[in-house]
Amino acid sequence: MAEIVSLAEAVAAAIGDGDTVAMEGFTHLIPHAAGHEVIRQGLRDLTLVRMTPDIIYDQLIGAGCARKLVFSWAGNPGVGSLHRFRDAVEHGWPVPLEIEEHSHAGMANRYAAGAAGLPFAVMRGYRGTSLASQTAGVAEVTCPFTGEVLTAVSALRPDVAVIHAQRADRAGNVQFWGITGVQKEAVLASARSVVTVEEIVDELDPRPNAVVLPSWVVGWVALAPGGAHPSYALGYSARDNDF
Amino acid sequence: MSYTSDEMMTVTAARTLRNGMTCFVGIGLPSEAANLARRTHAPGLVLIYESGTIGAKPSALPLSIGDGILAETADCVVSVPEIFNYWLQPGRIDVGFLGAAQVDRFGNINTTAIGGDYGAPRVRLPGAGGAPEIAAACREVTIVLRQSPRSFVGRVDFVTSVGFGDGPGSRERLGLTGHGPRRVITDLGVLEPDPRTCELVLTGVYPGVTVPQVREGTGWDLRVSAGLATVPPPTDAELAALRELRAAGQHHPRSATAGSSQMTGAIR
Repeated sequence: MAEIVSLAEAVAAAIGDGDTVAMEGFTHLIPHAAGHEVIRQGLRDLTLVRMTPDIIYDQLIGAGCARKLVFSWAGNPGVGSLHRFRDAVEHGWPVPLEIEEHSHAGMANRYAAGAAGLPFAVMRGYRGTSLASQTAGVAEVTCPFTGEVLTAVSALRPDVAVIHAQRADRAGNVQFWGITGVQKEAVLASARSVVTVEEIVDELDPRPNAVVLPSWVVGWVALAPGGAHPSYALGYSARDNDF
Repeated sequence: MSYTSDEMMTVTAARTLRNGMTCFVGIGLPSEAANLARRTHAPGLVLIYESGTIGAKPSALPLSIGDGILAETADCVVSVPEIFNYWLQPGRIDVGFLGAAQVDRFGNINTTAIGGDYGAPRVRLPGAGGAPEIAAACREVTIVLRQSPRSFVGRVDFVTSVGFGDGPGSRERLGLTGHGPRRVITDLGVLEPDPRTCELVLTGVYPGVTVPQVREGTGWDLRVSAGLATVPPPTDAELAALRELRAAGQHHPRSATAGSSQMTGAIR
Protein backbone atom coordinates (compact mmCIF):
# COMPACT_ATOMS: atom_id res chain seq x y z
CA MET A 1 0.00 0.00 0.00
CA ALA A 2 1.21 3.48 -0.83
CA GLU A 3 2.14 5.73 2.07
CA ILE A 4 0.93 9.30 1.88
CA VAL A 5 3.77 11.50 3.14
CA SER A 6 5.37 14.89 2.48
CA LEU A 7 7.42 15.30 -0.69
CA ALA A 8 10.63 15.62 1.34
CA GLU A 9 9.86 12.39 3.19
CA ALA A 10 8.99 10.57 -0.04
CA VAL A 11 12.25 11.54 -1.78
CA ALA A 12 14.32 10.73 1.30
CA ALA A 13 12.68 7.33 1.65
CA ALA A 14 12.79 6.34 -2.01
CA ILE A 15 16.02 7.73 -3.49
CA GLY A 16 19.64 7.28 -2.47
CA ASP A 17 22.97 8.39 -3.94
CA GLY A 18 23.93 6.34 -7.01
CA ASP A 19 20.37 5.22 -7.75
CA THR A 20 18.91 4.94 -11.22
CA VAL A 21 15.95 7.29 -11.22
CA ALA A 22 13.30 7.72 -13.94
CA MET A 23 11.34 10.94 -13.53
CA GLU A 24 8.92 10.50 -16.39
CA GLY A 25 6.32 12.65 -18.12
CA PHE A 26 5.81 13.43 -21.80
CA THR A 27 5.55 17.25 -22.02
CA HIS A 28 2.50 16.85 -19.75
CA LEU A 29 2.74 16.05 -16.00
CA ILE A 30 6.50 16.51 -15.60
CA PRO A 31 7.47 15.95 -11.93
CA HIS A 32 9.26 19.28 -11.48
CA ALA A 33 8.58 19.70 -7.76
CA ALA A 34 10.00 16.25 -7.06
CA GLY A 35 13.08 17.06 -9.17
CA HIS A 36 13.66 20.19 -7.14
CA GLU A 37 13.40 18.17 -3.94
CA VAL A 38 16.10 15.81 -5.28
CA ILE A 39 18.36 18.85 -5.82
CA ARG A 40 17.47 20.21 -2.37
CA GLN A 41 18.43 16.94 -0.71
CA GLY A 42 21.78 17.04 -2.52
CA LEU A 43 21.57 13.57 -4.05
CA ARG A 44 24.63 12.58 -6.09
CA ASP A 45 25.83 10.15 -8.78
CA LEU A 46 22.34 9.47 -10.06
CA THR A 47 21.71 7.75 -13.35
CA LEU A 48 18.81 9.75 -14.68
CA VAL A 49 16.44 8.08 -17.13
CA ARG A 50 13.89 9.97 -19.17
CA MET A 51 12.61 9.85 -22.74
CA THR A 52 12.42 13.64 -23.01
CA PRO A 53 14.78 15.28 -20.50
CA ASP A 54 13.83 18.94 -20.25
CA ILE A 55 14.50 21.86 -17.94
CA ILE A 56 14.20 19.89 -14.70
CA TYR A 57 16.81 17.38 -15.86
CA ASP A 58 18.96 20.29 -17.03
CA GLN A 59 18.78 21.70 -13.50
CA LEU A 60 19.62 18.30 -11.98
CA ILE A 61 22.65 18.07 -14.31
CA GLY A 62 23.69 21.65 -13.56
CA ALA A 63 23.36 21.02 -9.82
CA GLY A 64 25.73 18.08 -10.10
CA CYS A 65 23.22 15.37 -9.18
CA ALA A 66 23.75 13.25 -12.30
CA ARG A 67 26.51 10.90 -13.36
CA LYS A 68 24.73 9.51 -16.40
CA LEU A 69 21.74 10.32 -18.57
CA VAL A 70 19.69 7.71 -20.44
CA PHE A 71 17.36 9.42 -22.90
CA SER A 72 15.87 9.72 -26.39
CA TRP A 73 15.23 13.46 -26.96
CA ALA A 74 16.86 16.19 -24.90
CA GLY A 75 15.29 19.61 -25.16
CA ASN A 76 12.50 21.86 -23.99
CA PRO A 77 9.79 20.99 -26.55
CA GLY A 78 9.10 24.06 -28.64
CA VAL A 79 11.04 26.48 -26.46
CA GLY A 80 14.74 25.75 -26.69
CA SER A 81 17.75 23.62 -25.90
CA LEU A 82 19.23 22.38 -22.63
CA HIS A 83 22.26 24.51 -21.83
CA ARG A 84 23.65 22.52 -18.88
CA PHE A 85 23.20 19.27 -20.83
CA ARG A 86 24.97 20.75 -23.86
CA ASP A 87 27.79 22.17 -21.71
CA ALA A 88 28.24 18.79 -20.03
CA VAL A 89 28.34 16.91 -23.36
CA GLU A 90 30.19 19.45 -25.51
CA HIS A 91 32.69 20.69 -22.88
CA GLY A 92 32.56 18.22 -19.97
CA TRP A 93 31.44 21.11 -17.77
CA PRO A 94 30.84 21.29 -14.83
CA VAL A 95 31.51 17.54 -14.85
CA PRO A 96 31.45 15.03 -17.70
CA LEU A 97 28.11 13.39 -18.22
CA GLU A 98 27.94 9.85 -19.52
CA ILE A 99 25.12 9.45 -22.00
CA GLU A 100 23.17 6.46 -23.27
CA GLU A 101 20.96 7.45 -26.13
CA HIS A 102 18.00 5.74 -27.78
CA SER A 103 14.99 6.46 -29.95
CA HIS A 104 11.60 7.12 -28.35
CA ALA A 105 10.30 3.78 -29.58
CA GLY A 106 13.36 2.08 -28.13
CA MET A 107 12.93 3.72 -24.72
CA ALA A 108 9.19 3.01 -24.66
CA ASN A 109 9.84 -0.65 -25.43
CA ARG A 110 12.60 -0.84 -22.81
CA TYR A 111 10.18 0.40 -20.14
CA ALA A 112 7.47 -1.97 -21.37
CA ALA A 113 9.90 -4.91 -21.09
CA GLY A 114 10.79 -3.83 -17.57
CA ALA A 115 7.13 -3.57 -16.64
CA ALA A 116 6.48 -7.01 -18.12
CA GLY A 117 9.34 -8.64 -16.23
CA LEU A 118 11.19 -9.52 -19.43
CA PRO A 119 14.93 -9.03 -20.08
CA PHE A 120 14.37 -7.36 -23.43
CA ALA A 121 11.75 -6.17 -25.89
CA VAL A 122 11.51 -6.90 -29.60
CA MET A 123 10.87 -4.15 -32.12
CA ARG A 124 11.62 -2.90 -35.59
CA GLY A 125 14.07 -0.08 -35.19
CA TYR A 126 17.64 1.27 -35.05
CA ARG A 127 18.75 -0.61 -38.17
CA GLY A 128 20.94 1.52 -40.38
CA THR A 129 21.20 4.31 -37.81
CA SER A 130 24.40 5.47 -36.10
CA LEU A 131 22.60 5.06 -32.77
CA ALA A 132 22.79 1.28 -33.01
CA SER A 133 26.61 1.32 -32.83
CA GLN A 134 26.89 4.03 -30.14
CA THR A 135 24.43 2.64 -27.65
CA ALA A 136 24.58 -0.34 -25.33
CA GLY A 137 21.44 -2.40 -24.97
CA VAL A 138 20.61 -2.65 -28.67
CA ALA A 139 21.19 -5.92 -30.55
CA GLU A 140 19.89 -7.93 -33.46
CA VAL A 141 17.62 -10.85 -32.66
CA THR A 142 16.29 -13.50 -35.03
CA CYS A 143 12.66 -14.48 -34.83
CA PRO A 144 12.49 -18.21 -33.93
CA PHE A 145 9.34 -18.63 -36.01
CA THR A 146 10.00 -16.70 -39.22
CA GLY A 147 13.77 -16.17 -39.23
CA GLU A 148 13.27 -12.44 -39.62
CA VAL A 149 16.03 -10.28 -38.13
CA LEU A 150 14.59 -7.78 -35.65
CA THR A 151 15.95 -5.48 -32.96
CA ALA A 152 16.18 -6.35 -29.28
CA VAL A 153 16.43 -3.59 -26.68
CA SER A 154 17.36 -4.35 -23.09
CA ALA A 155 14.77 -3.83 -20.36
CA LEU A 156 14.86 -0.71 -18.21
CA ARG A 157 14.58 -1.51 -14.51
CA PRO A 158 15.14 1.74 -12.62
CA ASP A 159 15.54 1.75 -8.84
CA VAL A 160 12.94 4.50 -8.59
CA ALA A 161 10.23 5.96 -10.80
CA VAL A 162 9.01 9.48 -10.03
CA ILE A 163 5.86 10.81 -11.71
CA HIS A 164 3.31 13.56 -11.26
CA ALA A 165 -0.43 12.75 -11.46
CA GLN A 166 -3.61 14.75 -11.27
CA ARG A 167 -4.82 13.06 -8.09
CA ALA A 168 -4.85 10.23 -5.62
CA ASP A 169 -7.43 9.04 -3.13
CA ARG A 170 -6.77 8.67 0.59
CA ALA A 171 -5.81 5.03 0.14
CA GLY A 172 -3.03 6.07 -2.27
CA ASN A 173 -4.66 4.93 -5.52
CA VAL A 174 -3.32 7.21 -8.26
CA GLN A 175 -5.21 8.56 -11.30
CA PHE A 176 -3.92 10.57 -14.27
CA TRP A 177 -5.34 11.39 -17.70
CA GLY A 178 -4.73 13.36 -20.89
CA ILE A 179 -1.35 12.53 -22.38
CA THR A 180 -0.31 9.66 -20.16
CA GLY A 181 3.06 8.97 -21.80
CA VAL A 182 5.10 6.11 -20.44
CA GLN A 183 4.47 6.71 -16.74
CA LYS A 184 2.51 3.51 -16.10
CA GLU A 185 5.31 1.44 -17.60
CA ALA A 186 7.96 3.45 -15.71
CA VAL A 187 6.28 2.81 -12.34
CA LEU A 188 5.72 -0.90 -13.04
CA ALA A 189 9.32 -1.32 -14.28
CA SER A 190 10.86 0.29 -11.20
CA ALA A 191 11.62 -1.23 -7.80
CA ARG A 192 10.22 1.82 -5.95
CA SER A 193 8.00 4.75 -6.90
CA VAL A 194 7.11 8.27 -5.81
CA VAL A 195 3.97 9.96 -7.13
CA THR A 196 3.27 13.64 -6.56
CA VAL A 197 -0.34 14.75 -7.07
CA GLU A 198 -2.29 17.95 -7.63
CA GLU A 199 -4.86 16.92 -5.03
CA ILE A 200 -5.92 14.11 -2.73
CA VAL A 201 -9.63 13.32 -2.94
CA ASP A 202 -12.13 11.07 -1.19
CA GLU A 203 -13.09 9.21 -4.33
CA LEU A 204 -11.58 8.86 -7.83
CA ASP A 205 -14.58 9.29 -10.12
CA PRO A 206 -13.92 8.02 -13.66
CA ARG A 207 -12.22 10.29 -16.21
CA PRO A 208 -11.88 9.62 -19.95
CA ASN A 209 -8.66 7.87 -20.84
CA ALA A 210 -7.47 7.75 -17.22
CA VAL A 211 -4.69 5.50 -16.04
CA VAL A 212 -5.19 4.21 -12.52
CA LEU A 213 -2.25 2.84 -10.58
CA PRO A 214 -3.61 0.86 -7.62
CA SER A 215 -2.18 1.79 -4.25
CA TRP A 216 -0.41 -1.55 -3.94
CA VAL A 217 1.98 -0.85 -6.84
CA VAL A 218 2.83 2.66 -5.61
CA GLY A 219 5.45 3.38 -2.96
CA TRP A 220 4.89 6.92 -1.75
CA VAL A 221 2.30 9.58 -2.62
CA ALA A 222 2.95 13.24 -1.84
CA LEU A 223 0.70 16.24 -2.30
CA ALA A 224 2.37 18.83 -4.57
CA PRO A 225 -0.17 21.22 -6.11
CA GLY A 226 1.35 22.87 -9.17
CA GLY A 227 4.13 20.27 -8.98
CA ALA A 228 4.34 19.99 -12.77
CA HIS A 229 5.08 23.70 -13.33
CA PRO A 230 6.31 24.93 -15.84
CA SER A 231 4.81 21.93 -17.63
CA TYR A 232 1.09 21.43 -17.12
CA ALA A 233 -1.50 19.17 -15.52
CA LEU A 234 -4.54 18.81 -17.76
CA GLY A 235 -7.60 20.14 -15.97
CA TYR A 236 -5.47 21.94 -13.36
CA SER A 237 -2.87 24.17 -15.02
CA ALA A 238 -1.57 25.41 -18.40
CA ARG A 239 1.96 25.09 -19.73
CA ASP A 240 4.04 28.15 -18.84
CA ASN A 241 6.04 28.66 -22.03
CA ASP A 242 7.51 31.97 -20.85
CA PHE A 243 9.17 30.32 -17.86
CA MET B 1 -0.16 39.37 -51.24
CA SER B 2 3.59 39.36 -50.50
CA TYR B 3 4.99 36.42 -48.59
CA THR B 4 8.18 35.13 -46.97
CA SER B 5 10.28 32.16 -48.06
CA ASP B 6 9.26 30.38 -44.85
CA GLU B 7 5.59 30.85 -45.72
CA MET B 8 6.27 29.50 -49.23
CA MET B 9 7.95 26.45 -47.68
CA THR B 10 5.07 25.75 -45.29
CA VAL B 11 2.44 26.18 -48.01
CA THR B 12 4.38 23.89 -50.38
CA ALA B 13 4.66 21.22 -47.69
CA ALA B 14 0.96 21.52 -46.82
CA ARG B 15 -0.06 21.01 -50.46
CA THR B 16 1.54 17.54 -50.49
CA LEU B 17 -1.00 16.28 -47.93
CA ARG B 18 -4.32 14.96 -49.20
CA ASN B 19 -7.66 14.83 -47.48
CA GLY B 20 -8.15 11.57 -45.58
CA MET B 21 -4.45 10.78 -45.25
CA THR B 22 -2.93 9.80 -41.93
CA CYS B 23 0.11 11.90 -41.01
CA PHE B 24 2.63 11.35 -38.20
CA VAL B 25 3.68 14.88 -37.36
CA GLY B 26 7.00 16.17 -36.05
CA ILE B 27 6.95 19.46 -34.18
CA GLY B 28 7.95 22.83 -35.63
CA LEU B 29 7.88 23.43 -39.38
CA PRO B 30 6.27 20.04 -40.20
CA SER B 31 3.51 20.59 -37.66
CA GLU B 32 2.76 24.03 -39.01
CA ALA B 33 2.42 22.63 -42.55
CA ALA B 34 0.26 19.70 -41.48
CA ASN B 35 -2.05 21.96 -39.51
CA LEU B 36 -2.30 24.34 -42.46
CA ALA B 37 -3.34 21.46 -44.72
CA ARG B 38 -6.04 20.43 -42.27
CA ARG B 39 -7.30 24.02 -42.14
CA THR B 40 -7.41 24.41 -45.93
CA HIS B 41 -7.76 21.65 -48.53
CA ALA B 42 -7.55 18.58 -46.28
CA PRO B 43 -10.05 18.94 -43.40
CA GLY B 44 -10.13 15.16 -43.00
CA LEU B 45 -6.35 14.85 -42.55
CA VAL B 46 -5.63 12.65 -39.51
CA LEU B 47 -2.88 14.24 -37.41
CA ILE B 48 -0.95 11.84 -35.19
CA TYR B 49 1.63 13.04 -32.66
CA GLU B 50 4.17 10.89 -30.82
CA SER B 51 2.65 11.95 -27.50
CA GLY B 52 -0.11 9.42 -28.33
CA THR B 53 -2.74 11.82 -29.67
CA ILE B 54 -4.50 10.35 -32.71
CA GLY B 55 -6.76 12.54 -34.84
CA ALA B 56 -5.86 15.78 -33.06
CA LYS B 57 -7.80 18.81 -34.31
CA PRO B 58 -6.05 21.79 -32.72
CA SER B 59 -7.58 25.19 -33.44
CA ALA B 60 -4.23 26.78 -32.67
CA LEU B 61 -0.73 25.71 -33.59
CA PRO B 62 0.64 23.41 -30.89
CA LEU B 63 4.02 24.52 -29.57
CA SER B 64 5.03 21.03 -28.50
CA ILE B 65 4.00 17.49 -29.41
CA GLY B 66 2.39 17.15 -26.00
CA ASP B 67 0.24 20.28 -25.77
CA GLY B 68 -3.06 19.94 -23.95
CA ILE B 69 -4.98 21.09 -27.00
CA LEU B 70 -3.88 17.93 -28.84
CA ALA B 71 -5.22 15.64 -26.13
CA GLU B 72 -8.44 17.62 -25.76
CA THR B 73 -9.27 17.50 -29.48
CA ALA B 74 -8.00 14.00 -30.38
CA ASP B 75 -10.16 11.06 -31.47
CA CYS B 76 -8.23 9.08 -28.89
CA VAL B 77 -5.13 9.36 -26.74
CA VAL B 78 -2.94 6.30 -26.28
CA SER B 79 0.22 5.66 -24.29
CA VAL B 80 3.63 6.27 -25.80
CA PRO B 81 4.50 2.54 -26.10
CA GLU B 82 1.17 2.03 -27.88
CA ILE B 83 1.58 4.89 -30.37
CA PHE B 84 4.90 3.45 -31.55
CA ASN B 85 4.11 -0.27 -31.34
CA TYR B 86 0.48 -0.53 -32.47
CA TRP B 87 0.12 2.51 -34.70
CA LEU B 88 3.47 3.44 -36.26
CA GLN B 89 5.44 0.17 -36.41
CA PRO B 90 2.95 -1.94 -38.47
CA GLY B 91 2.96 0.61 -41.31
CA ARG B 92 -0.54 1.97 -40.77
CA ILE B 93 0.45 5.58 -41.32
CA ASP B 94 0.58 7.17 -44.77
CA VAL B 95 3.14 9.88 -44.32
CA GLY B 96 5.72 10.99 -41.78
CA PHE B 97 6.35 14.74 -41.66
CA LEU B 98 9.80 15.40 -40.23
CA GLY B 99 12.17 18.28 -39.61
CA ALA B 100 15.96 17.92 -39.49
CA ALA B 101 19.13 19.77 -38.56
CA GLN B 102 21.06 18.09 -41.39
CA VAL B 103 19.97 16.04 -44.37
CA ASP B 104 22.26 14.37 -46.90
CA ARG B 105 22.12 13.51 -50.60
CA PHE B 106 20.41 10.19 -49.79
CA GLY B 107 17.81 11.79 -47.53
CA ASN B 108 19.35 10.53 -44.29
CA ILE B 109 18.58 12.77 -41.31
CA ASN B 110 20.81 13.99 -38.49
CA THR B 111 19.25 15.47 -35.35
CA THR B 112 21.89 14.16 -32.95
CA ALA B 113 25.30 15.85 -33.19
CA ILE B 114 27.30 17.99 -35.60
CA GLY B 115 31.09 18.12 -35.91
CA GLY B 116 33.74 16.51 -33.74
CA ASP B 117 32.92 12.95 -32.80
CA TYR B 118 29.92 11.50 -31.06
CA GLY B 119 31.56 11.59 -27.62
CA ALA B 120 32.68 15.23 -27.99
CA PRO B 121 30.59 16.90 -30.67
CA ARG B 122 30.92 20.52 -31.75
CA VAL B 123 27.16 20.99 -31.47
CA ARG B 124 24.98 18.65 -29.49
CA LEU B 125 21.40 18.47 -30.82
CA PRO B 126 18.32 17.06 -29.04
CA GLY B 127 18.61 13.55 -30.48
CA ALA B 128 16.33 11.03 -32.11
CA GLY B 129 12.92 11.35 -30.52
CA GLY B 130 10.42 9.45 -32.62
CA ALA B 131 12.08 10.21 -35.96
CA PRO B 132 14.03 6.97 -36.63
CA GLU B 133 10.93 4.79 -36.51
CA ILE B 134 8.78 7.39 -38.29
CA ALA B 135 11.35 7.47 -41.10
CA ALA B 136 11.47 3.66 -41.16
CA ALA B 137 7.80 2.75 -40.97
CA CYS B 138 5.57 5.42 -42.54
CA ARG B 139 4.62 4.61 -46.11
CA GLU B 140 6.46 7.76 -47.21
CA VAL B 141 8.30 10.64 -45.59
CA THR B 142 8.36 14.37 -46.24
CA ILE B 143 11.25 16.35 -44.74
CA VAL B 144 10.89 20.09 -44.14
CA LEU B 145 13.90 22.26 -43.34
CA ARG B 146 15.62 25.50 -44.35
CA GLN B 147 18.36 25.06 -46.92
CA SER B 148 22.03 25.96 -46.44
CA PRO B 149 25.35 24.24 -47.20
CA ARG B 150 25.58 23.43 -43.48
CA SER B 151 22.21 21.71 -43.39
CA PHE B 152 22.43 20.03 -46.84
CA VAL B 153 25.56 17.88 -46.74
CA GLY B 154 27.02 15.06 -48.81
CA ARG B 155 26.94 12.72 -45.84
CA VAL B 156 25.37 13.47 -42.45
CA ASP B 157 27.75 13.45 -39.45
CA PHE B 158 25.41 11.04 -37.66
CA VAL B 159 22.59 8.97 -39.13
CA THR B 160 19.77 9.54 -36.68
CA SER B 161 17.05 8.45 -39.12
CA VAL B 162 17.59 6.49 -42.30
CA GLY B 163 16.48 7.84 -45.66
CA PHE B 164 18.01 5.79 -48.44
CA GLY B 165 21.13 4.83 -46.45
CA ASP B 166 24.06 4.36 -48.82
CA GLY B 167 21.84 4.44 -51.89
CA PRO B 168 19.81 1.96 -53.91
CA GLY B 169 18.89 -1.24 -52.07
CA SER B 170 19.80 0.04 -48.59
CA ARG B 171 16.26 0.17 -47.25
CA GLU B 172 15.52 -3.34 -48.48
CA ARG B 173 18.73 -4.72 -46.94
CA LEU B 174 17.89 -3.07 -43.61
CA GLY B 175 14.32 -4.40 -43.65
CA LEU B 176 12.78 -0.93 -43.45
CA THR B 177 9.12 -1.30 -44.31
CA GLY B 178 8.23 2.20 -45.57
CA HIS B 179 9.28 3.66 -48.91
CA GLY B 180 11.47 6.39 -47.40
CA PRO B 181 11.73 10.09 -48.25
CA ARG B 182 9.42 11.17 -51.02
CA ARG B 183 10.48 14.82 -51.00
CA VAL B 184 12.50 17.42 -49.13
CA ILE B 185 10.85 20.83 -48.96
CA THR B 186 13.03 23.84 -48.20
CA ASP B 187 12.78 27.62 -48.21
CA LEU B 188 14.19 27.60 -51.78
CA GLY B 189 12.41 24.73 -53.49
CA VAL B 190 11.69 21.01 -53.60
CA LEU B 191 14.13 18.09 -53.85
CA GLU B 192 13.01 14.55 -54.70
CA PRO B 193 14.92 11.29 -54.84
CA ASP B 194 15.90 10.04 -58.29
CA PRO B 195 14.10 6.69 -58.53
CA ARG B 196 17.20 5.01 -59.95
CA THR B 197 20.02 6.46 -57.80
CA CYS B 198 18.03 7.51 -54.71
CA GLU B 199 19.98 10.79 -54.77
CA LEU B 200 18.02 13.96 -54.03
CA VAL B 201 17.66 16.13 -57.14
CA LEU B 202 16.10 19.54 -57.53
CA THR B 203 12.63 19.21 -59.03
CA GLY B 204 11.03 22.52 -58.08
CA VAL B 205 12.06 26.09 -57.32
CA TYR B 206 10.00 28.88 -55.85
CA PRO B 207 9.16 32.00 -57.87
CA GLY B 208 12.19 34.30 -57.96
CA VAL B 209 14.63 31.59 -56.83
CA THR B 210 17.36 30.60 -59.30
CA VAL B 211 18.98 27.20 -59.76
CA PRO B 212 22.47 28.57 -58.90
CA GLN B 213 21.01 29.92 -55.66
CA VAL B 214 19.77 26.46 -54.69
CA ARG B 215 23.06 24.85 -55.70
CA GLU B 216 24.91 27.35 -53.49
CA GLY B 217 22.66 26.31 -50.64
CA THR B 218 23.59 22.65 -51.10
CA GLY B 219 26.74 21.02 -49.77
CA TRP B 220 27.02 18.52 -52.64
CA ASP B 221 26.97 18.86 -56.41
CA LEU B 222 23.19 19.08 -56.72
CA ARG B 223 21.68 17.66 -59.89
CA VAL B 224 18.71 19.38 -61.46
CA SER B 225 15.75 17.46 -62.87
CA ALA B 226 15.07 17.80 -66.59
CA GLY B 227 11.46 18.48 -65.60
CA LEU B 228 12.33 21.30 -63.18
CA ALA B 229 9.15 23.22 -62.37
CA THR B 230 8.42 26.55 -60.74
CA VAL B 231 6.20 25.99 -57.71
CA PRO B 232 3.10 28.21 -57.86
CA PRO B 233 3.19 31.00 -55.24
CA PRO B 234 0.88 30.82 -52.22
CA THR B 235 -2.70 31.83 -52.90
CA ASP B 236 -4.26 34.58 -50.81
CA ALA B 237 -6.44 31.94 -49.17
CA GLU B 238 -3.41 29.80 -48.22
CA LEU B 239 -1.55 32.79 -46.79
CA ALA B 240 -4.56 34.02 -44.87
CA ALA B 241 -5.11 30.56 -43.34
CA LEU B 242 -1.44 30.24 -42.40
CA ARG B 243 -1.30 33.66 -40.76
CA GLU B 244 -4.53 33.02 -38.91
CA LEU B 245 -3.13 29.72 -37.64
CA ARG B 246 0.07 31.40 -36.43
CA ALA B 247 -1.84 34.21 -34.75
CA ALA B 248 -4.15 31.71 -33.04
CA GLY B 249 -1.09 29.89 -31.75
CA GLN B 250 -0.08 33.02 -29.89
CA HIS B 251 -3.44 34.07 -28.52
CA HIS B 252 -5.69 31.05 -28.18
CA PRO B 253 -7.15 31.26 -24.67
CA ARG B 254 -7.60 27.53 -24.11
CA SER B 255 -4.25 26.60 -25.47
CA ALA B 256 -1.26 25.92 -23.31
CA THR B 257 0.79 27.61 -26.04
CA ALA B 258 -0.55 31.04 -25.19
CA GLY B 259 2.04 33.68 -24.55
CA SER B 260 4.90 32.46 -26.68
CA SER B 261 5.73 33.23 -30.26
CA GLN B 262 8.94 31.27 -30.44
CA MET B 263 9.05 28.52 -33.04
CA THR B 264 12.11 26.35 -33.04
CA GLY B 265 11.46 23.98 -35.88
CA ALA B 266 15.14 23.90 -36.75
CA ILE B 267 15.99 21.78 -33.73
CA ARG B 268 13.47 19.09 -34.44
